[in-house]
Amino acid sequence: MTRELSMSEAIAEATVIAMRRDPNVFVMGVGVDDPAGIFGTTRLAHDEFGDARVFDVPISENCLTGMGVGAAISGMRPVLVHARDDFLLLTMDQLANHAAKWSYMSGGAFSVPLLVRAVIGRGWGQAAQHSQSLQAVVAHFPGLEVIMPASPSDAKGLILSALTGSAPVVCLEHRWCHGVRGDVPEGFYTTPIGRAHIERSGNDVTLVALSQMVLEARKAAKTLEAEGVSCEIVDLRTVRPWDWETVCTSVHKTRRLVVADTGWTHFGVGAEIAASVSARLFGHLAAPVECVGLPDVPTPCAPNLEAAYYPNAATVVQAVKRTLGQARVGGADDARAQHVKPFTGAF
Amino acid sequence: MHGTEGERGKPQTLARQTTSELGRLFETMLLVRRVEERIIEQYLAQNESLSRGEEVAHAIRCPTHLSIGQEAAAVGVCVALRADDSVFSTHRCHAHYLAKGGSVSRMMAELFGRATGCARGKGGSMHLVDASIGMLGASAIVGGSIPLALGAALSYQLRAEARVSVAFFGDGAVEQGVFHEAMNLAALRKLPVILACENNFYATLSHVSARQTMPIAARAASYGMPGIALDSDDVLAVAEVARNAADRARSGAGPTLLEIRAYRWMSHVGTEYDIGKMLRSPEELEVWRARCPVARARRELARAGVSEEDLRAKEERVARVVEDAIRSAKAADEPAAGELFAHLGARPQA
Repeated sequence: MTRELSMSEAIAEATVIAMRRDPNVFVMGVGVDDPAGIFGTTRLAHDEFGDARVFDVPISENCLTGMGVGAAISGMRPVLVHARDDFLLLTMDQLANHAAKWSYMSGGAFSVPLLVRAVIGRGWGQAAQHSQSLQAVVAHFPGLEVIMPASPSDAKGLILSALTGSAPVVCLEHRWCHGVRGDVPEGFYTTPIGRAHIERSGNDVTLVALSQMVLEARKAAKTLEAEGVSCEIVDLRTVRPWDWETVCTSVHKTRRLVVADTGWTHFGVGAEIAASVSARLFGHLAAPVECVGLPDVPTPCAPNLEAAYYPNAATVVQAVKRTLGQARVGGADDARAQHVKPFTGAF
Repeated sequence: MHGTEGERGKPQTLARQTTSELGRLFETMLLVRRVEERIIEQYLAQNESLSRGEEVAHAIRCPTHLSIGQEAAAVGVCVALRADDSVFSTHRCHAHYLAKGGSVSRMMAELFGRATGCARGKGGSMHLVDASIGMLGASAIVGGSIPLALGAALSYQLRAEARVSVAFFGDGAVEQGVFHEAMNLAALRKLPVILACENNFYATLSHVSARQTMPIAARAASYGMPGIALDSDDVLAVAEVARNAADRARSGAGPTLLEIRAYRWMSHVGTEYDIGKMLRSPEELEVWRARCPVARARRELARAGVSEEDLRAKEERVARVVEDAIRSAKAADEPAAGELFAHLGARPQA
């Protein structure tokens, strides 16, 4: 049985199901107990389990992350929630130096079943410190897993995977995905971490998208379909470890790849996937891999600058057309041109 | 408000029970001391061989931070703990691991990079660990393991278990933000944790007076928890203060900050003395060497009537244990090549 839920409702439901199944699951974070309940994602759990298992904390992100590690290796399953993923940067010592390494460094004496949830903001002039998409930063570290659901059913299944697994998992939730509605199975189920999902089948171009860019990729695919271009959309779902087999199988068929990421293109998830796919399928590609993402500046506030900053379906359409040779690279119809300065000088 | 000085009453003769406890603590301190003295000898020997261009089959190849002179802090605190209480430590973790009951053989195997090491050769000297005895790991990031100790304490609190967690850290950690986050959180939630600061006076070569303005134990007052300062040459005094802190934690009354002044004799890392560098003077070292906790325990035991023969027997027993550990470590296998990818604790990127 399924019913339609928003992604935030699906996350709330997953949390409650996990807490009912396992008395060692608990939730902590700034504001998890307040009426807003982290965009509605922690309210249900607080209503049912109260302050004993869903509690507010001081604004000490780094210490709390370390406490999550200490509790996780002591038999608990902590869920640490941040209203913005920008705050993860305050936790990098505990996340990267401790959560990611406590198992390896101890020769496997411990597992660290810690779930860190953090929300990516966008829009409303939130500017540079409430809008970052830090998946590439977090995914750099072996020993962490990074999930980025784009649909309610995946959000529930991935979170239940994390809360029944043994690894430290960072779940990055795009604020613009929280309201997305979709069919969600009732009860307990898991969506495997590390497996991408073919969201739409197509033959001409593979669109690998994650999180909110899956929504833009869908719109782009519709536009392109009307122009006779068939796109295959791969919803990556997991950033670390990303599912190269599903991606490469698709690219092997289409011979063209566009990666649509919510983060910066430089040193980003797109760059990682482009490098890996290019290495694996070098002679087979019909065009260079295209990466859609953020330009190389922090997020601006003014509405017009903000609008220019974010990629969207049109940006994805342009990228697809470049792979098909239908748009001139760097030309007036190249949406990327505003972000990429062409090389003009001598070496 | 400054921290209060913990002071044990000093009877002329020790009660029989105290004598027997001091005997055990002496032996554990001696074990730590002997292990570290043998590490120095090993390093000197292997360095000599290497300088002659010889191959060294069995070498310790990891940064090694000795706690010679500081033994009573670890041993005094750990004797106050139960087997299922937990300890978290730092890059200078030999004493904590051994005091909590860690195996010398598995420690030496770890230093020699063997598969039989306590972290299967993945951690080395700075990351000694043994979950089965409650030694839940050591971080080489200054202050890094303090929140982990709070997390273990939080799990005991949430499960209503009467267990205690200890964070060992040094004076340098007090300068880290995470220390202050942890002090606030531990006090706020009344966590069953002992914040055991070993003030060894130096961060590498920088004296604590060049880095901090307030006595360490005095910081506790601003977080609403007791802060107790004491010197570590008297291991029984450390044990008593630690027992009070453990009782307080176990009863649900919350955390305690201990500042155990435990002067570091040797250099920050490695097997040398660093006297003459920066602020360190030979006179300062001599003052603290005269207050050696191991020698003091030996004197007190002799005064309490333990025979020289018995004391020598303890020393010989410890020496044998250490030699056996080194021999077995050298004889053990290196980790198999496939171990490189084992124990990640998360799905690897293919």
